[in-house]
Amino acid sequence: MKPAPFEYLAPRRRLEALEALSEYGVEAKALAGGQSLVPLLAMRLARPAVLVDLNRIRDLAFIRPYNGGLAIGAMTRQRTVEAHRLVVARVPLLAEAVRCIAHPQIRARGTIGGSLAHADPSSELPAAAAALDAHFVLASVRGERVLNSEQFFTGYLTTALEPDELLTEVRLPALLPDAGWAFVEIARRHGDFALAGVAAVLRLDGDGRCTEAQLVFTGVGPGPVRIPQAEQALLGQQVPGPSVAEMARIVQDNLDPPTDIHATADYRRHAAGVLAGRAMLQAANRTRERR
Amino acid sequence: MCAAKTLLLPFWLDIPQRSRAIRQAVVLEAHKMGTRWFGERIRRVEDPRLLTGRGSYVDDIHPPNLLHGAVLRSPHARARVVRIDASKARAMPGVAAVYTHADLPPPLGDPLPRLIPHPTLIHHKTQVALAADIVRHVGEPVAFVVAESRYLAEDALEAIEVEYDPLPAVVDLETAAGPDGPLVHEDAGTNVAAHYTQRVGDPEGAFASAPRVFRERIRMDRGTAASMETRGVVAIWDGRMRNLVIYDSTQSPIPIRNGLARLFGLPQNNVRVIAPDVGGGFGPKIMMFYPEEILVPLAAMRLNRPVKWIEDRRENFVATNQEREQIHDVEIAVDGEGRILGVRTVFLHDAGAYIAYGLIVPIVASTTLVGPYRIPNYHCEFKAVFTNKTQVSPYRGAGRPHGVFIMERLMDRVARELGVDRAEVRRRNLIQPDEFPYDTGLIYQDNAPLIYDSGNYPAVLEKTLGMIGYAQWPQQQAEARREGRTLGLGLALYVEGTGIGPYEGCRITVEPTGKVFAATSVGTQGQGHFTVFAQIIADALGVDVRDVTVTTGDTAAFGWGTGTFASRSAVVAGSAVALAGQAVREKALTVASGLLEASTDDLELAGGKIFVRGAPARSVTLGEVATAANPLRGTIPKEWEGPGLEAARYFAPPRGSFAGGCHAAIVEVDRDTGAVRVERYVVVHDCGTVINPMILDGQIQGGVAQGIGGALYERLVYDEDGQLLTQTFMDYLLPTAAEVPRAEIGHVETPSPLNPLGVKGAGEAGVIPAAAVFASALDDALGTRVAEMPLSHSLLLEMLRGAEAPAEDRSVHS
Amino acid sequence: MMRTRRRIPVSQAQIHVRVNGSEVTRTVEVRRTLADFLREDLGLTGTHVGCEHGVCGACTVLLDGRPVRSCLLFAVQADGAEVTTVEALGTPEALSPLQQAFMDHHALQCGFCTPGFLMSATALLRDHPRPSDELIREMMGGHLCRCTGYAAIGEAVKTAGA
Repeated sequence: MKPAPFEYLAPRRRLEALEALSEYGVEAKALAGGQSLVPLLAMRLARPAVLVDLNRIRDLAFIRPYNGGLAIGAMTRQRTVEAHRLVVARVPLLAEAVRCIAHPQIRARGTIGGSLAHADPSSELPAAAAALDAHFVLASVRGERVLNSEQFFTGYLTTALEPDELLTEVRLPALLPDAGWAFVEIARRHGDFALAGVAAVLRLDGDGRCTEAQLVFTGVGPGPVRIPQAEQALLGQQVPGPSVAEMARIVQDNLDPPTDIHATADYRRHAAGVLAGRAMLQAANRTRERR
Repeated sequence: MCAAKTLLLPFWLDIPQRSRAIRQAVVLEAHKMGTRWFGERIRRVEDPRLLTGRGSYVDDIHPPNLLHGAVLRSPHARARVVRIDASKARAMPGVAAVYTHADLPPPLGDPLPRLIPHPTLIHHKTQVALAADIVRHVGEPVAFVVAESRYLAEDALEAIEVEYDPLPAVVDLETAAGPDGPLVHEDAGTNVAAHYTQRVGDPEGAFASAPRVFRERIRMDRGTAASMETRGVVAIWDGRMRNLVIYDSTQSPIPIRNGLARLFGLPQNNVRVIAPDVGGGFGPKIMMFYPEEILVPLAAMRLNRPVKWIEDRRENFVATNQEREQIHDVEIAVDGEGRILGVRTVFLHDAGAYIAYGLIVPIVASTTLVGPYRIPNYHCEFKAVFTNKTQVSPYRGAGRPHGVFIMERLMDRVARELGVDRAEVRRRNLIQPDEFPYDTGLIYQDNAPLIYDSGNYPAVLEKTLGMIGYAQWPQQQAEARREGRTLGLGLALYVEGTGIGPYEGCRITVEPTGKVFAATSVGTQGQGHFTVFAQIIADALGVDVRDVTVTTGDTAAFGWGTGTFASRSAVVAGSAVALAGQAVREKALTVASGLLEASTDDLELAGGKIFVRGAPARSVTLGEVATAANPLRGTIPKEWEGPGLEAARYFAPPRGSFAGGCHAAIVEVDRDTGAVRVERYVVVHDCGTVINPMILDGQIQGGVAQGIGGALYERLVYDEDGQLLTQTFMDYLLPTAAEVPRAEIGHVETPSPLNPLGVKGAGEAGVIPAAAVFASALDDALGTRVAEMPLSHSLLLEMLRGAEAPAEDRSVHS
Repeated sequence: MMRTRRRIPVSQAQIHVRVNGSEVTRTVEVRRTLADFLREDLGLTGTHVGCEHGVCGACTVLLDGRPVRSCLLFAVQADGAEVTTVEALGTPEALSPLQQAFMDHHALQCGFCTPGFLMSATALLRDHPRPSDELIREMMGGHLCRCTGYAAIGEAVKTAGA
C-alpha cells in the first residue's frame, strides 16, 4: 500500500505554508501528524499533487494562556496536550478527551489541529472542543478569521476550511471554577473510534440545581451533535435527579445516527442516552470536587 | 541398557501396543539417563535471534537485482473480463513486465490443483492463477506487474485498463444454496459443490420416540486468521543451472516444492522451497497454490532476475483464504434425565468462490460436534456451497469451533429446558475413562474411523469446575447482582482431533564436533519447534539442548512431508524426531561398542559421551563416534546400515489422536451498552504427554485470544454486492491486550497410545470452544439464547431487548 | 508583507538521519516511508511492516525518543532526527534486560510483532522505570499480536521494570 507520487514541501515558516496552499489550492494537502492522512495516502484514497509538511513550523505548536483560558497551536502533539498542566488545570475535559484517542504511539505524532481539521464524525476532539465553546483560528494569505464550533464543523469529514486555509490555533475558555465536566464514550475496543460518545459540562447552584449544561455527542451524526432540548431539560433541576433520565430520553428521541458495520442506528441512539446520563452524573460529582 | 534389542518387536503387536512399547523404551532410557529436557519449560533457542531484529521473514530476504511484484485484483465480486490492455503499464519507466492470463504458458494457465478430493465433492472447482474471462470474488488476481520497486509497481497497476462486465453476485449463503441464486460456476449448474451425509445408528427412530426434542438455528460468520505477517514470495532463478529457489511464507514448503517442480517441468532437486521465519500461519498459509506462488517464480524465470511479492494488509483481507461461515439447523433428542438419544444437524457451509481445499472444514465440524458425549444416533448432513466471496480453507480450529459451538449450545438448552444443572447434564452424557478406545462410528478428515484413543473427560470437567469455582457460582452471581453488576459463567467441553497423518519425518546427524543437527519436514510459524524437537533429541542422545540445531521448512534439508496444520506437528513430526533420535542413539552405541570393545549392553550415554558402565574412563565422545562412523579407509559393517552417525525416520499415525478439554469463563456485561468484559478465563486441556509446558501454555493463551476475537470482535462483512467492507484493521477488530485476560491453565494428561511420545496436539485448543463459552456465559448473565457468532455491543443489545420479549416455545414435545 | 524565499516542491530529497547512533546520509524519494527506508535502504529489517495504516504497531520505532509508527512517516520527515530501532537494543549474545525478560516469559512466538513491542516498552521503561499495570496495558494497547495472547508480554515488561 504505497502512496501515489506527490511532491513535497517542508516550510519552516507559517507564511511559506500559506503561500504554498494559496498557490496549489485543492492540489495540495497539509500534513500534520499524519495519523489520519498517511493511511489515506497509502490506500490512494487521497492523491494530492503536493504535500505541505507542517511539522517544521515551530511556532504552530504551543500552549499559552489566553483570556483566562488557553490558546493551543494546531501542531501541538496530542501527547503534549493530555499531560500539560495548563490543560489539566483549565480545560481538563480536553485532556480527558485526548486520552481516549487511539493509543500513546498515535498520540505521539497526532496533533490537535490535525484531528480537528480532519473532523471524523466518531472522533473525540470535535465534540470536546464544541462542548468547551472553542474558537478556531483559520489563516490564509488573505488574512485570518475566527469561527466558533458551529461555524467550523460543517458536515461529514468537512470543516469550513477553504483549500488555501490552515487551522493555526484553537482557543478555549477555561472551565469555570464551579463547572463539572465529563467525557464518556463507548467503543468496541479500548482506543477505537467511539460508537457513541459525549462531552459534558455542567454547572450547579448551591442547591444542586443546574444553571448551565452542555452536551455534545460524537459518533451519532456527521459531526459533533448538540441537542439543546436535552440541555434545557436539566436547567433548574436537581442533578442528580429524575431530570437526568428525562434528559437521556430526549437525547434518544432527537438523534438520527447512522448504521454501519459496527453498530446500528438504534444502538447508537440508545447508547448516547445512556452515556449522556452517566456523563451528567460524573460531571455533577466533579462540581463538588472542584469547589 | 540400550533398548535396541527390545525394539525388534514381534510383528503381531498392533500399532498402539507397538507405539506404547517404543514410547516406554524411550522414556525408560531417558529416565535412566536422567531426563533433562523433555517436559521442561526450556527457553526457546530461536528467541535471541528474533528479539534482536535478526529474524528472516520473507520480506527480509533481499537478493541483489531484485524486482518487485504487485497484483491487480478484481474490484467486482462477479464479472466477465472483457478486455485487458496493459500496454500503458508496460511502457512505464521501471516496469519490467505485466502478465495477464494470456501470458501464462500451459499448464500455468490451467486451474490450480485440487487438494483433497472427496467422493461427494462433485464440483471441485479451483481458480486460475490470473483470471481468464471471469472473476468470481473481489480480490481475485487479474494481472501481475513486476517493476523496480513496489511503489512503481503499484503506479503501474493503475495504468492497466480492464473492461469488466459486472454480473449479479451471490453473497448470501442461503440464497446461494437455493434454486434462484446466480451461479458462481455456470458450468456446474448449481452452487452446491458437495452434499455429504454421515449417520450413526437410527436417528429417525431416536427422534420419533424421544420424550423431548429441541431445535436451534445457529449461524457463525466469516473471520480471517490475520497473522501479523501477511503472505509473501521471493523467487530466485538460475537459468544456467536451472535451479529455482523460493522463499515462501507458507506452512507447507514441501508440497509447494513438489507442485512447482511439476508445474515448471523441473526435477524436484532443482527446486528448493524455504519457509523462512514465518510471522504466524494459523491455517490459511497452507494452500497449493495461491496464485502468487506461481506468478512470482514465473516472472523470475522469464526476467532472469529475482522477484519478490509481499502481500499488503488490504490484499490479505481479500486474497488470503477465510473461514467460519456456516448455518446449522440442529435438533437434539433427550430423555427425561437429559441423556442424549440423538442429534441431527443439517447445515450449509460457505466455501467461497472456489473449493481447492475440499471438504475438510465441514467434515471436521460434523465430526467434532459429537464431542465427549455418548451419542448413539447421529445424522450429520451438509452442503458445501459456492458464493462470490473469498475462498475458504482451514483457519485455526478448522470446523471444530462450529461443532463445539453447536453441541455446547444444545447442552445448555437441554439443561435449561429440563431444569438440570449445566455441568450435571454434561456429566450424565460423558464417555467414561474405561470406554477407550471409543468408536464414534464416524469417518474423520483423514478418512480413518473416528476413534477416540484415550481421554478422561470427567476429570477434565471436574478440574475446570474446581478452578472456576462452579460450586460457589450461584452465590457469587447473586452477590454481584445485588451490587448492580451483571455477571455470567460459561462452560464448554470439547474433543479435538489432532495428530493425523499422513506422515512426517526427521533426519538427525551428529557431526564430528559432537554437535547435533536435525532436519524435519514441518515448518514453524512460532510454535517453538526448534526448541521442542531439540528437547526430544537432547534427551535421546544425552546431550545439552543447546548443542542441538533443528532446521525446519527447507526442502533442501528435508524433502518428504506435508506441513504444519491440524495440531499435528508435536505428534507426528515429534514422533518422527523421537524415532530418529532413538535410531541414532542405537547406532552410536553400536559403533561405540566396537571402539570400546564392550557389549552395547554395558554402555551408557550421557553428557555427550558413551562410556562403559562402572568404568567411566573407558569412554568416547559422540563426536569421536561420528568420526569413527565415517572412516576414510577400511569398510563399514552391514549392521551400521550406512556411514555416519545419522538416521532418518518417519512416523505415520494410523489415525488421529484426540485431545480434549474444557473452558470456563466469567464475564461481566453492561446491560445498557452491551459491553462485555472477561473477568476470568479457565482452560483445562488434555494433550497427553507435555514436551514443553511453557510453549504449550503459550499456544493455549494465544488461541484464547483468537477465540475472544472470534466471539466478540472479528467479523468479515460483505455487502450484498460482494464487496468486503472490512479491509483494514480499523474495521476488522483484533483483540488487544485490554480485551484478553491471562487464562488460567490446568492440565490433565492421558497419553495417546498411538505414538511413541504419547502426545496429542494442542495448537488449536485455545480457540476451539471460545465462542461456545462466551455464548454460555452471556446466556447465564442475561437470559438470552445466543445462537450466532461473532457478537458485538450492538448485536448483544438487540438480543437483550429481544430476550425481554416473551420467548417462543421451541420444544417439539413436552 | 515581506516576501519569503519560495521553496520548490521536490520529489526527491537528501536526508541526514542519526540511526541507532550512526549518521546516515541518503537521497530518497519523498513518498518513501520511514519503514521502507530503514528496512531496504539501510538493511535494518528488524522493524516489520504489518498493515501500513498505523494500527498493528509492528513498525514502531523511536523518533527522537518517542515511539511512533514508521509506516506513517516519510523518510524525509526524519531528516535531522534521531531514529532508534530494535537493532540498537541488544545482540543475541548480549540481550538487554527487557529482551531477556521477553525470552524468560515466552513473550514471543512468531516474533513478527515483537520489535514493535520492544520499542514501545523501551520508551515506557525509560520514562517510568517501575510502570504500573495500567501504564503497561496502555502502552501494549497500541500493538497487535496474534500469537501470544498478550499476557506474557505484559508480564515480561513488568519483570524488566522491577
